[in-house]
Amino acid sequence: MSVSPGPRRRILLFAPLGIAAAAGAGFLVMLRGLSSGAYNPKGVPSALLGKPVPEFDLAALAGADRPGLTAAMLRDLDQPLLVNFFASWCVPCLIEHPQLMRLATDGVPIMGIAYKDKPTEALGFLRKHGTPYQRIGVDLPGRVGIEWGLYGVPETYLIDRHGLIRWRYAGPLTEDVVKADVAPLLRRYA
Amino acid sequence: MWRCILLLSLLLLAATAKAAVSDPADMLRDQAQEERARVLGRELRCMVCQNQSIEDSDADLARDLRRIVREQVATGRTDREIMSYLHDRYGDFVLLRPPIRLTTLVLWAMPVIALGLGATLIMVARRRSGAAAIPPPLSAAERARLAELEQDAQ
Repeated sequence: MSVSPGPRRRILLFAPLGIAAAAGAGFLVMLRGLSSGAYNPKGVPSALLGKPVPEFDLAALAGADRPGLTAAMLRDLDQPLLVNFFASWCVPCLIEHPQLMRLATDGVPIMGIAYKDKPTEALGFLRKHGTPYQRIGVDLPGRVGIEWGLYGVPETYLIDRHGLIRWRYAGPLTEDVVKADVAPLLRRYA
Repeated sequence: MWRCILLLSLLLLAATAKAAVSDPADMLRDQAQEERARVLGRELRCMVCQNQSIEDSDADLARDLRRIVREQVATGRTDREIMSYLHDRYGDFVLLRPPIRLTTLVLWAMPVIALGLGATLIMVARRRSGAAAIPPPLSAAERARLAELEQDAQ
C-alpha cells in the first residue's frame, strides 16, 4: 500500500485554503459595496414598484415657505421626480443632504416628507442645511410612511411621469448611488 | 457563585419575556381580539430588526404596525384582510412565513436539499470506506505462513 497521497488528495489538502480565499474575496467585495452604497444588505425591494403612489394628503411645514404634498400632485408630471422621507433626528439624512441639494440645483424636482419629526425641528434642520424640496408634507404620526411601505429614514422614491413608483432606495443617497442609479433612471423616465 | 449566575439568567429571561409584551396602553380590551392581534403580529416581520416579529420588537415601526393590526382587528377586518393590507405595502418580506413561489422555492426546499446533500455525502463516504475495507487476497507466501501457523496450533 502506498503511503504518499496521490495528486487528487493533494488538491483536496489545498481546498480549505482555496475556499477561505474565495470567501475573503467575496467579503471584500461586499465591504466595498457597503461603503460605496452599491450593496445594501437591508435593501428589500419595495412592494410598490410599478404601482401608483399611495393615497395621502399632508399639510405643509409651517414656516418653510413650501406648499404641502398630496398624492394627486404626484400624477401626470412633466418629468420624473424624487420623493424623499427625512427627519431632523436622522443622522444618515444629514449625510445625504448635500446630494439632495446638488440634485435640486441641477433641476431635479424633489418632494420632501418629514417623517415623525416635530415641525419646528424639521424647519430648523432645513434652515441650517438648506431646503432641496419643492413641496414638503408633514407626517408626524408616520402613517403615510407606512402607506408607502417605509421602514426607516431616509428613503427615496423615484416617481415617473405617470405617477408610478419606479425605484426605492433605503438609506442615505451617496454620490455613487446618484451616479449609478438616480441619474440613469431620471434619464430613462424623462 | 452558581446561584448568582442562575439568578441572573432567570432575571434576564424575565426581562426578555417582559419586553416581548407590547405597551399595555396599546392592548385591546377584548381578550379574544387581543389574542387574535398577537397571533397575527407573530406572523409579521419587524422590517427594522428583520429577524423579530412585530410582537417581539421594541422598534418604533414595529410598534406602529402593532397598533395598525389592533385597529384593524377592532374594526372587524378579517385576518386575511389585515395580512394583505401589510403585504400590499411591505411585500413578501413582511411575512415571517413567505408564500411558496418560484422565487421562494429554494428557501422552502432548503431542508430537503440539505438533507439530500448530507445523505449523499454519507453514502459516498461509506461506499469508499467499504471498498477500502475489503482486503486484497492473500499472497502465496502469506498462505503458506498461515497454513504453517494453523498446523502449529493443532
